[in-house]
Amino acid sequence: MTALLEVKDLKVRVEEREILHGLTLTVNAGEVHAIMGPNGSGKSTLSHVIAGKPGYEVTGGEILFKGEDLLEMEPNERAAKGVFLAFQYPVEIPGVATMNFLRTALNAQRKARGESEFSTPDFLKKVREVAKSLNIPQDMLKRGVNVGFSGGEKKRNEILQMALFEPAICILDEMDSGLDIDALRVAADGVNALRSPERAMVVITHYQRLLNYIVPDVVHVMSKGRVVKSGGKELALELEASGYAQFEDAA
Amino acid sequence: MNLALAKNETGRGLSDSFAVARDRLPGTGKVAEARSAAFEAYESVGLPHRRIEDWKYTDLRASMRDVLPLAPAPDEAALKRAAAAVKLQSIRGVRRLALVDGVFVPKLSDLDGLENGVAVATLRGVLESGEATLQAQLLTLDNANPMVALNTAMMTDGVVIQVADGVVRTQPLQIIHVATGTTPAAIFTRSLLRLGKDAGATLIESYIAADGATTYQVHDSLIVAIGDNARLDHVRLVEDAREAFNISSAVITLGARAHFNTFGMTSGAVVSRYQATIAFAGEHSRVETNGVNLLNGRQHADTTLFMDHAVPNCASREVFRAVVDDRGHSVFQGRIIVRPHAQKTDAKMMTRALLLSDEAEADNKPELEIFADDVTCGHGATTGALDESLLFYLRARGLSEKQAQALLIQAFVGEAIESIVNDDLRELAISAAQRWLEARA
Ligand SMILES: Nc1ncnc2c1ncn2[C@@H]1O[C@H](COP(=O)(O)OP(=O)(O)OP(=O)(O)O)[C@@H](O)[C@H]1O
Ligand SMILES: [Mg+2]
Repeated sequence: MTALLEVKDLKVRVEEREILHGLTLTVNAGEVHAIMGPNGSGKSTLSHVIAGKPGYEVTGGEILFKGEDLLEMEPNERAAKGVFLAFQYPVEIPGVATMNFLRTALNAQRKARGESEFSTPDFLKKVREVAKSLNIPQDMLKRGVNVGFSGGEKKRNEILQMALFEPAICILDEMDSGLDIDALRVAADGVNALRSPERAMVVITHYQRLLNYIVPDVVHVMSKGRVVKSGGKELALELEASGYAQFEDAA
Repeated sequence: MNLALAKNETGRGLSDSFAVARDRLPGTGKVAEARSAAFEAYESVGLPHRRIEDWKYTDLRASMRDVLPLAPAPDEAALKRAAAAVKLQSIRGVRRLALVDGVFVPKLSDLDGLENGVAVATLRGVLESGEATLQAQLLTLDNANPMVALNTAMMTDGVVIQVADGVVRTQPLQIIHVATGTTPAAIFTRSLLRLGKDAGATLIESYIAADGATTYQVHDSLIVAIGDNARLDHVRLVEDAREAFNISSAVITLGARAHFNTFGMTSGAVVSRYQATIAFAGEHSRVETNGVNLLNGRQHADTTLFMDHAVPNCASREVFRAVVDDRGHSVFQGRIIVRPHAQKTDAKMMTRALLLSDEAEADNKPELEIFADDVTCGHGATTGALDESLLFYLRARGLSEKQAQALLIQAFVGEAIESIVNDDLRELAISAAQRWLEARA
């Protein structure tokens, strides 16, 4: 098995406060990992550091992606190499048309990889296909990026981008929050459709229910900035039944 | 002491050039008298400096130092380069009126098949003819402003457009100012547009440089009279060379139930100032003015608007946006006066500045002078940087820093560009903004 993402003893500070205290996680190609853990345990922090969000100070450890030092790369280089983060809270960008944004992003990634850019008709065709498979109405694509979208619509737009960009690793930060039951199933189908031996998923969630749809190979429990336990999919059921209390002491 | 010296030097240098240029300046009698009076008015002050309140942010004495000698009329080679520059800017369905180095060039203009009721003449022609009414209108500008006075003294050419009563759906007219000079020189132009009752027109003013033109000065002015129930749509794009100066003045007067929609964008010139007075002379009229400055390097652009609500029941909206990078400096001075009896005036002014670097600067000076009691007036201003969280979202999707900035800048100025009604003209403004963005990428 080839390791796609290796997080080794990662220590991260935000505004002088250490949030991640030596976190280790290895995700192999073809695997789906779930990360669960109480509020404030550092799950989103980890996802942001992987994506390259400014404002986080890495004080120790490293992150390798396909063996390369991810922390040395600009956020857009990471995206072009196949790192994708579906945000817990996607931002609204007024005045930037969704289609223009999608095309600019897709072509920027392709260009960085030395691939040819999509022509407008090819691009439109691809977006329409993906949108249709995710039950995303066309008029949502005519608005500004996420502008006036409901919470669930924003999440669907994240999944749409993931399907469009076909990244190597998808980090889904609470993609289930805000989605109704039907939308959850459609989004999960979208994620499952992307599962492949070359690709990996890291699914951050609070609810076992999502993991019925996206069945993980490995489940991690995060607490206070560390991975405190890892196991199979049954670990999620255990957590659902007994909560996090047992791990809080361990951390 | 230093100031006095500077003024004298500036004054003398120009005195000579005014004397030399004199026989090239059209008009005799009243026109020549007006020129002399204007020149005296200019000379008594010289180039405006920061101690003159109205020029406190734009110190021409420091930046321009001297008024350059009058540009020679373009020769064949210059016209060829002008033609090439004009071609790049040609817009579908627009009637072009070309001023090259301050001289009207019929060969580069579309004068064929003018609609009935639309008349186009040259400033030179009008000043040299005995056309008293037009001449009088061309000489109405106040010498109190030194740069206006200088323009009156030195104006060499321009276009004079008249649209007769009731003539609407006319082809958009573009006055395109092209500078070709490879040696430093100054260009002085003045144009006039008279829009009759119930008439409608679209006017574009573009300022560009031919390949090779670098250090030059544009001194321009525009006089507009919008008749009762008439409508003028106006787009103004300053894309002068990066070392050029552009000092332009405009006076726009609206009759009753008239409508003036104007959009201006400055992305060129090292120092520019657009000073416009918009005066309501009839009731129930409306003005929308939208402005954008796109500045980087050491560019300085000043927009100074004076909205004169002299009569009741008129509305004005001023929306101004600045994007400033590097050591650029954007200035917006917006003065609104609501004169006594101008009840039910509705005047609003909003400015927003986006600073892309620590050294970028944006000054905003609103002035509201309200002498009537039943009015709605307001102004607001914000200054800020690009939103980091939006930038990161875009970058996490693969956009480079410059690309992400470009999308957010486009969105920021896009709201102002949206105000342009005509699709082709909106495209024109979008592509001018695009050129600025591409140049910084
Ligand atoms: N910019 C910041 N400034 C200060 N503290 C921060 C910042 N970002 C995160 N934190 C803190 O870091 C800790 C971890 O936050 P994080 O968002 O990673 O948690 P989480 O596990 O994703 O929680 P949730 O389940 O609620 O989404 C929290 O205590 C949070 O307050
Ligand atoms: Mg979180």
